[in-house]
Amino acid sequence: MLEIKDLHAGFDGNEIVKGISLTINKGEIHAVMGPNGSGKSTLAKILSGHPSYEATSGEILFEGKNLLEMEAEKRSLAGIFMGFQYPVEVPGVNNAEFLRMAHNARRVSAGEEEIDPLDFDDLLSEKMKTLGMEKKYKERNLNDGFSGGEKKKNEILQMAILEPKLSILDETDSGLDIDALRVVAEGVNKLRTENNALILITHYQRLLDYIKPDFVHVLSNGKIVKSGDKALALELESQGYDWVTTAN
Amino acid sequence: MSNEQDSVSDILEDNTYKYGFTTDVESETFAKGLNEDVIRAISKKKEEPQFMLDFRLKAFAKWKTMKEPEWPNVHYPKIDFQNISYYSAPKQKKKLQSLDEVDPEVMRTFEKLGIPLDEQKKLANVAVDAVFDSVSVATTHKKKLMEVGIIFCPISEALKEYPELVEEYLGTVVPVGDNYYAALNSAVFTDGSFVYIPPDTISPMEISTYFRINTEETGQFERTLIICAENSYVSYLEGCTAPQFDTNQLHAAVVELVTMENAEIKYSTVQNWYAGDKETGKGGIYNFVTKRGKCQGDNSKISWTQVETGSAITWKYPSCILQGDNTTGEFYSVALTNGHMQADTGTKMIHLGKNTRSSIISKGISADYSSNSYRGQVKVGKNASNARNYSQCDSMLVGDKCSAHTFPYIETANSSVQVEHEAATSKISEEQLFYFESRGISRENAIEAVISGFCKEVFKQLPMEFAVEAQKLLTLKLEDSVG
Repeated sequence: MLEIKDLHAGFDGNEIVKGISLTINKGEIHAVMGPNGSGKSTLAKILSGHPSYEATSGEILFEGKNLLEMEAEKRSLAGIFMGFQYPVEVPGVNNAEFLRMAHNARRVSAGEEEIDPLDFDDLLSEKMKTLGMEKKYKERNLNDGFSGGEKKKNEILQMAILEPKLSILDETDSGLDIDALRVVAEGVNKLRTENNALILITHYQRLLDYIKPDFVHVLSNGKIVKSGDKALALELESQGYDWVTTAN
Repeated sequence: MSNEQDSVSDILEDNTYKYGFTTDVESETFAKGLNEDVIRAISKKKEEPQFMLDFRLKAFAKWKTMKEPEWPNVHYPKIDFQNISYYSAPKQKKKLQSLDEVDPEVMRTFEKLGIPLDEQKKLANVAVDAVFDSVSVATTHKKKLMEVGIIFCPISEALKEYPELVEEYLGTVVPVGDNYYAALNSAVFTDGSFVYIPPDTISPMEISTYFRINTEETGQFERTLIICAENSYVSYLEGCTAPQFDTNQLHAAVVELVTMENAEIKYSTVQNWYAGDKETGKGGIYNFVTKRGKCQGDNSKISWTQVETGSAITWKYPSCILQGDNTTGEFYSVALTNGHMQADTGTKMIHLGKNTRSSIISKGISADYSSNSYRGQVKVGKNASNARNYSQCDSMLVGDKCSAHTFPYIETANSSVQVEHEAATSKISEEQLFYFESRGISRENAIEAVISGFCKEVFKQLPMEFAVEAQKLLTLKLEDSVG
């Protein structure tokens, strides 16, 4: 589904990702771990198409298409979802309206009619029920005045509405207390199917207690220095990042 | 991402002022300059009654003793009032019998602006008075309105047909010496619209005037007078555009509204005068306008809604004098400035009667190098017991080179009043737009959503089609300013 080949990237001329290669197939969950500054966030930004970040060399193919040539909007429409570490607040724009715009953008791009607003409301209610989310998420403005945990839950709600093929969750666990973490993780688990894939970008392994990865990759200084299964994350937890970063 | 650059410049291409064309018509234009003879000539040209000439001369005498206001938060070189022509009109036959006699070029101009005037194409539910430079060229649906007793015609015509009505009300809301530009307008105004809604009448359609400045060195001084008698209602719309010139044109209008007992006037403006070159700030309209309504009868209401998106400089404070008891004044405003535009706009709510209410919702959006000021005054007289005012002034900044200012003034001479003022400042950022895009929503739709969210309370006051237009206009103007 996603193929990253020898990717070099950064921003403002600083190279932060220094040659990453990674292949992700449908149905898989990959965890990308690493200390601060290892290039995790840059990788996430590059995948999402953030305009401030630039890939200097290498290639990313998503379902065979050159991802780096696609605008953020097109990437989303192609089925990529980015769960942001710091979702931005947009006062004045109702959350439910925003979700409907996003849902309709998908439909229009697939050549379908826009959804009837009442039908969308039903769809939204159903998704919110599945995720155990309160009614306030419909009424409030987009992330406006949301707590850290509420913002992350709202990202998962968007993911549920958009039904992406590939989701990248950037530090979704940061700033969450244990209850919020459980809700978010359960939500993500409910959205899993054998056809979609997930990249979890995280500093700590605690998220992986709730969402079980098939593969764990450790990033250091812009490169994957070790790959393994779930056991690798636990080993990192007990030994610290020095264990892999210095061993290399 | 290299694609990003292309798309932004593409948008820029589409985004030039699309009303910037000039129409080549044969015009009769007075020589530049202003003196008593010019005023007499205007009055004669228009075959006005004596009282009108006296009114003009009185205003001119007053104007000569006045100074240009320096308190607004706007900066521009001094205007040479002798370098402006005070009358310009497309040449036409003595009296127009039908629309067929209007210069087809002029008709085409309005059609190009989306205001078809001829019988077949005219807008079905809106009556339009089309003003081209100094004169009204056509008025639609006049007959239909007359059937219910509504008078809707150019003010120059009203001066001939209904002189007593004009004389009774003209200058009663904005006196000739009210301010520098109002005095100038009172001396030299050439046309505008006149509306009279008789008692117990709800206007069956929206009434509107469309102003077009065409000639380069002409000032447009229009005068609008709307009278709404007991238990009546009218919704009035105003639109404006001008060609793109490197020089500045002066537009100094006066609008007066009067409501009798239980009457209501809803006045909406979408102003899109040419704003000058976006990069250099060269050219554009100086929009120095006095708009004021008087709620004369008890329980009457005047509501101003304005969407200001153009003009190099805007100086404008649509106001309400709440004279009758239980009267209501409202002001809803969206003012967008971009490029090098400067706006100093707001309102005055003068509470004189008992239990008078006013509300002010002002939304300022500034982008690029522009400066956007809200200036509002709430004044409560000593007899205005239980008067209430609510003001909310929000500013949105796009980029970091623009500025937003708020100047609220509150004066009360009565202790039973309640006055509330709220203000907030926010930003539309590249990060917000990226967030939308990363959910598959186009940049254009994202800007539209953020702006319409910000302006929601004002847009919902506009008639439906106007609201859609206004939203599109703001989005277009902001697309290349964000980021």
